[in-house]
Amino acid sequence: MSSEKKGWFKRLKAGLSRSKSAVSGGVTGIFTKRKLNAETLEELEDLLIVSDLGVAVAGRVTKALSKDRFDKEISDIEVREVLASEISAILTPVAKPLMINTENRPHVILMTGVNGAGKTTTIGKMAKGYIDGGKRVMLAAGDTFRAAAVEQLQIWGDRVGAPVITKPIGSDAAALAYEALERAITENIDILIIDTAGRLHNREELMAELGKIVRVISKKLEGAPHDTLLVLDATTGQNALHQVDIFGKVAAISGLIMTKLDGSARGGVLVACAEKFKLPVHAIGVGENIEDLQPFNAEEFAAALVGDTEA
Amino acid sequence: MFDSLSDKLGGIFDGLKRRGALKEADVIAALREVRVALLEADVALPVVKSFIDKVRTKAVGASVLKSVTPGQQVVKIVNDELVAMLGSDSVGISVDGLPPVVVMVVGLQGSGKTTTTAKIAKRISEKDKKKVLMASLDVRRPAAQEQLKILGEQIDVKTLPIIAGQTPVNIAERALQAARLQGFDVVMLDTAGRLHVDTALMAEVQAVRGATNPQETLLVADSLTGQDAVNVAREFDAQVSITGVVLTRMDGDGRGGAALSMRHVTGKPIKLVGTGEKMDALEDFHPERVASRILGMGDVVSLVEKAGETIEKEDAERMAKKMAKGQFDLNDLRDQLRQMKKMGGMKSVLGMLPGMGKMKQAAAGAQMNDSVFRRQEAIINSMTPKERLKPAMINASRKKRIAAGSGVGVPEVNKLLKMHMQMAKMMRKMSKMGKSGRMPQPGQMPPGFENLIPRG
Ligand SMILES: Nc1nc2c(ncn2[C@@H]2O[C@H](COP(=O)(O)OP(=O)(O)OP(=O)(O)O)[C@@H](O)[C@H]2O)c(=O)[nH]1
Ligand SMILES: Nc1nc2c(ncn2[C@@H]2O[C@H](COP(=O)(O)OP(=O)(O)OP(=O)(O)O)[C@@H](O)[C@H]2O)c(=O)[nH]1
Ligand SMILES: [Mg+2]
Ligand SMILES: [Mg+2]
Repeated sequence: MSSEKKGWFKRLKAGLSRSKSAVSGGVTGIFTKRKLNAETLEELEDLLIVSDLGVAVAGRVTKALSKDRFDKEISDIEVREVLASEISAILTPVAKPLMINTENRPHVILMTGVNGAGKTTTIGKMAKGYIDGGKRVMLAAGDTFRAAAVEQLQIWGDRVGAPVITKPIGSDAAALAYEALERAITENIDILIIDTAGRLHNREELMAELGKIVRVISKKLEGAPHDTLLVLDATTGQNALHQVDIFGKVAAISGLIMTKLDGSARGGVLVACAEKFKLPVHAIGVGENIEDLQPFNAEEFAAALVGDTEA
Repeated sequence: MFDSLSDKLGGIFDGLKRRGALKEADVIAALREVRVALLEADVALPVVKSFIDKVRTKAVGASVLKSVTPGQQVVKIVNDELVAMLGSDSVGISVDGLPPVVVMVVGLQGSGKTTTTAKIAKRISEKDKKKVLMASLDVRRPAAQEQLKILGEQIDVKTLPIIAGQTPVNIAERALQAARLQGFDVVMLDTAGRLHVDTALMAEVQAVRGATNPQETLLVADSLTGQDAVNVAREFDAQVSITGVVLTRMDGDGRGGAALSMRHVTGKPIKLVGTGEKMDALEDFHPERVASRILGMGDVVSLVEKAGETIEKEDAERMAKKMAKGQFDLNDLRDQLRQMKKMGGMKSVLGMLPGMGKMKQAAAGAQMNDSVFRRQEAIINSMTPKERLKPAMINASRKKRIAAGSGVGVPEVNKLLKMHMQMAKMMRKMSKMGKSGRMPQPGQMPPGFENLIPRG
């Protein structure tokens, strides 16, 4: 994965096929020629739990599956199809690409998330996509806290050919965001993407700082930030629900991106998030490289969670 | 978002009378809730299963102590088993031996390796008085080596000069050589983040391992990790044979089930925990604290520690000692009020105390406002130092003076004194409970705390 060059879609499939193997293997193990009874249902529920769907959602999905089918013979392929369609039904309404409104001068995107989730890397990948699409992109190094965070974004800026607005470490992040927005306006930039320092949602003072960044931006430009994205790490378990909840309250999160789906974590908590918060999911990260960002596709994600039906 | 296990079990056993021994049916009902609680705390399913099996065997037939309910008895058994499984003793990092001793950190992307490398380096150079050299073998992530270099400057620990274009093995060998020539005791190797399913990168770290023969190979993992924790830990252990785990982001509100998962599948100790981004936010691992966190039981120790973030450390220690002895005067109450303001209100504090589930909901419902804390603080400020130490001496005329001094009525002074009395009583109770190891009543709030919720 690190060395071979593959197409985006192939990468996604390669990544997700690793993630799905445990569940789909499990489904086959349980269901080839078996009855859908209490015992098999419990095993099925377990398999969803292992994907981080959470106990409650796994229970509901399994229940939906058993409706009309209880005590009937069911093949593993059928099980997977029904499971995938149940999950897909939850995810489809939230699968929405991020829309850039060119009337926004500039369209401001604020990236937020807990530490190490993949904010800075995702900014690099997004910037690449927009620049390839002919947009003028500017980046703002709003992580004025972590060692070498500015340098990290600077390198991404160089890679994709986007100017990066910086201030020395320790500067006020809101002031940096303000200045960057001012420059983006005068330089007639199309899209300004603002990085922020990673912060845990239960750290009130850090969340207050994030709230301030949002306020300062919206004061400078009405309607901005136009998108405030929360980056979730697919390896995170049920805590992601807290993250969406609190970041949503403090920074009015408008959409989610889930990273690190190229690992063996399946990111099932996204299903619980979709059910509970109904926030759009824009994209997924499937690697560390610049091209490893994919639009979020509900059906593929659901199929990967339960195992590919056509495989 | 999650009800604590003790609240839930309280519900199950509410209808049941006390009995002499735990019946199988009760145990099974209780363990169903335990299972859900563990899964909600992100303990991996296979680990949950084997844990439940163990507890079931222990719990069925166990006698219920006179003073507790069956639910509490089960919680106690569950808690003890959890602590035992998490590893009873805190194991440090071993850096003694023929220098240079190599410590290598490994882990998934973004788990906190670089930060943890610097934190450990700071700790062993300050506490163990070792001469430490750090080297970043991360040749992939933008500015990764720069990051470690900056951290080294912050903590005053040397880093290996960066030479572009070298492979991780080259860098590691150069670090060892530099350490030998310049008399370093310990070499800390920070590695690039990698997925355990990425065979090429796992081979890379194996090569580093082969070239440097680390005395410690630490898996740095995020305490917010979900079900995948078992795969990550098992694979890293199988492929590079780790000597221990460091769990980061324990300052978050994750329930930390990954700790149990990783410990269970590798049998390797959790050696340290990261509790913040700053360089001194590294602590020893305490199984009891993590156990109560997984169970949603809270504990007084982390309450005191959280307070330590905002007040001076000595204050926290003084408070911990006093609380352990069951002492609590008006100075302590004032400290608490101040901290509550600083910590952003009571909700966060309440969650850390045992049996506070219901209380937390009540607090969330009531409008928490700082003005109440401020008024209460003003009352205490109007007292003399002696009065603060010995509230019993506050008679009617003193009360009048205090009320006038703080601009409130005498009833409000009375209310504060009553609240203090109840809290002091609770502290005494808690310190006794701590000694006998008994659990608090599920869902019951320590007396006195309800008065802290401003009403109306
Ligand atoms: N495998 C994989 N790694 C990723 C992905 N996205 C980001 N990463 C890696 O995760 C690590 C952390 O990414 P960053 O972009 O620095 O994360 P961040 O949220 O900006 O981190 P802080 O600013 O420190 O809070 C880096 O090593 C990235 O290369 C992904 O989709 N897959
Ligand atoms: N809140 C909190 N943040 C932490 C802790 N440990 C590390 N971090 C933060 O997590 C983020 C990632 O930390 P790094 O040390 O860069 O992680 P890494 O594993 O070296 O990342 P890669 O090299 O990209 O794989 C940074 O924002 C750190 O400040 C911790 O214990 N608590
Ligand atoms: Mg960043
Ligand atoms: Mg690193």
